[in-house]
Amino acid sequence: MQNLLQKKDFYAGLFMVLLGAGVTLNSTTYKLGTFMHMGPGMFPFMLGIIMMFVGALIFITGVATPLEAGEKILPDSMEWRGWACILAGPLMFILFGVYFGMAAATFMCVFVAALGDKTATIKNSAILAAGITVGGCFLFSYVLKVPFPLFRWGF
Amino acid sequence: MFASALTDLWYGFGVAFEPQNIMWCFVGVLVGNMVGVLPGMGPLATISVLLPLTFGIKPVGAILMLSGVFYGAQYGGAICSILLNLPCHPPHAVTCLDGFPLTKQGRGGAALGITVLSSFVGASWGITEMIFLAPVLVRIALEFGPTEICSLMLLGLLAGSTLARGSPLKGIAMTCLGLLLGIVGTDIETGTARFTFGIQSLFDGVELVGLALGLFGIAEFMKSVNQYSDINTRYSNVGLRDLRPTRDELRRAIPAMFRGTIVGSLCSLIPGTGPTIASFIAYAAEKKFSKTPEKFGTGMIEGVASPEASTHSSVQGDFIPTMSLGIPGDAVMALILGALMIQGIVPGPQLIKEHPDIFWGLIASFWIGNIMLVVLNVPLIGLWVKLLMIPYKYLYPSALFFVAIGVYSTNNDMFQVGETVVIGLVGYLLLLLDFHPASILLGFVLGPRLEENFRRSMLISRGDVLVFLERPISAFFLFLCAVLLLAQIYVRLRKPKALAALALAESATGAAKAPAE
Repeated sequence: MQNLLQKKDFYAGLFMVLLGAGVTLNSTTYKLGTFMHMGPGMFPFMLGIIMMFVGALIFITGVATPLEAGEKILPDSMEWRGWACILAGPLMFILFGVYFGMAAATFMCVFVAALGDKTATIKNSAILAAGITVGGCFLFSYVLKVPFPLFRWGF
Repeated sequence: MFASALTDLWYGFGVAFEPQNIMWCFVGVLVGNMVGVLPGMGPLATISVLLPLTFGIKPVGAILMLSGVFYGAQYGGAICSILLNLPCHPPHAVTCLDGFPLTKQGRGGAALGITVLSSFVGASWGITEMIFLAPVLVRIALEFGPTEICSLMLLGLLAGSTLARGSPLKGIAMTCLGLLLGIVGTDIETGTARFTFGIQSLFDGVELVGLALGLFGIAEFMKSVNQYSDINTRYSNVGLRDLRPTRDELRRAIPAMFRGTIVGSLCSLIPGTGPTIASFIAYAAEKKFSKTPEKFGTGMIEGVASPEASTHSSVQGDFIPTMSLGIPGDAVMALILGALMIQGIVPGPQLIKEHPDIFWGLIASFWIGNIMLVVLNVPLIGLWVKLLMIPYKYLYPSALFFVAIGVYSTNNDMFQVGETVVIGLVGYLLLLLDFHPASILLGFVLGPRLEENFRRSMLISRGDVLVFLERPISAFFLFLCAVLLLAQIYVRLRKPKALAALALAESATGAAKAPAE
């Protein structure tokens, strides 16, 4: 049992089965129709069943094969800081983009993302962010004319 | 037929040489090459990042630029793998085996020169194949009804997901996930909103750019952050003059090039066997063919020439089903096809007839682009080597900005940036569970058309599912599907040793280090 919980295929299979079940259940809320006149729910309904089947197969083969030496689900080093910063970068882009415009959004996105590296310092990240902001705003605002104001005060 | 193909090709050169088109082709090749050289940026990530830039261009220019980006990035990846031992794109994993030892011996430049040459030979053969095979395929495919198209798509999806790297079951699972993502949005026939959870921005479906950038951008960055710290650029001092191979190296490399080309073009005939498998087979074949197989892995120029030629000839071969049938063989082709669809062009057998400028212009631009690559790389090699030294910690934040602004600019909708972040997080979790997200894209692009054709064929057959077996061509495709599945099961059960050897070879080449497909 302890072994089972360390297996990737245990979770992979479980994920697919649950997802398939969810899809199948959800698709019954749309009209299924008949085979001749299929409603919007029919294709997802069938897909959900296939997903459950494939998930079950992954699960079974996972349980049936012995645990590989050194099999681990999590990577060797947990880069919490890196992961958080990479996900936070685009979120900063949204937040600052909505309220302050493209320039601020770009700066914050790159700055926050750059902090994810172990060796990054605030100063280095800020310099990189400033450089990308100048170049990026020139490219997207001036050359490609993306409709996104450089500066705005959106409150 | 021969004459008409040549006339069409002539017309294609006319299209490709239009000033606008040749400019976009050049921009694509240059930017693709530049971004592809950067460590950690494979062709998939490169195309995804640059995809939004093509939306403002006319369809012909856009597709020329994107394919230019693709083979430019692929060539750039070869530089990265030979000089740094970092395979950014799985097909190059094999090139590292002998390419990096050559670099250590100070012959890295010659290996690069041979790579340029073999890519060109391989690609030229692939293009020639495309010119003559695609029209024939189209003539057959135009007879297909929805039933045949449906079975053919099923075959394409199965081949694409089971023959790629990793477990075939998980490949199928990811294809299903892609099909599911393709369903999200408003149903075309009835107008019902499906799986949108009431979110207005999802009514138009999941955005292709968002999906690709989430899976191949954000998820890859999460995987690679803080992993590339010790890039060894000690050997990468290559200048213009080093590119010239010696007479002996050329004598050994040229036959290997042609052997690799043949292997690649044979592989491209089997749907789903992409460039990765082609390059592995070419390397193995070269080793068998050689009089000194024990020397492979210590810097044999043949071990660079053959896989590179085979990769490029199989990649060009992959364009054949993509452009003539509308069925992409791997995620890169799916992305290019998706870009065409965003431009409002319906892929499928009618494409060559309705948009001859796209098809023949693309073929002609392959040649022009490949020649540009050769010409560009000779003087710019010094610059590329400098680019190799950009540390990853400066690279990914900048790339992340391109992801954010790229997704935003497709629809000017901030919601989609958020969507991309979520897709990226899920994609990373899937990577941790050994799923290869490349198949998701395949399912996503084909999904809506699969459903449409399935519904239509059911309507025509009055709800009789057996119609798929009654119509001979469709039955043949389904038979191939069955063969494919049975062969997979047979290999897994009876030949676990061969598989283990392949897996070992892959991990030994550092494919584990490389971003997924």
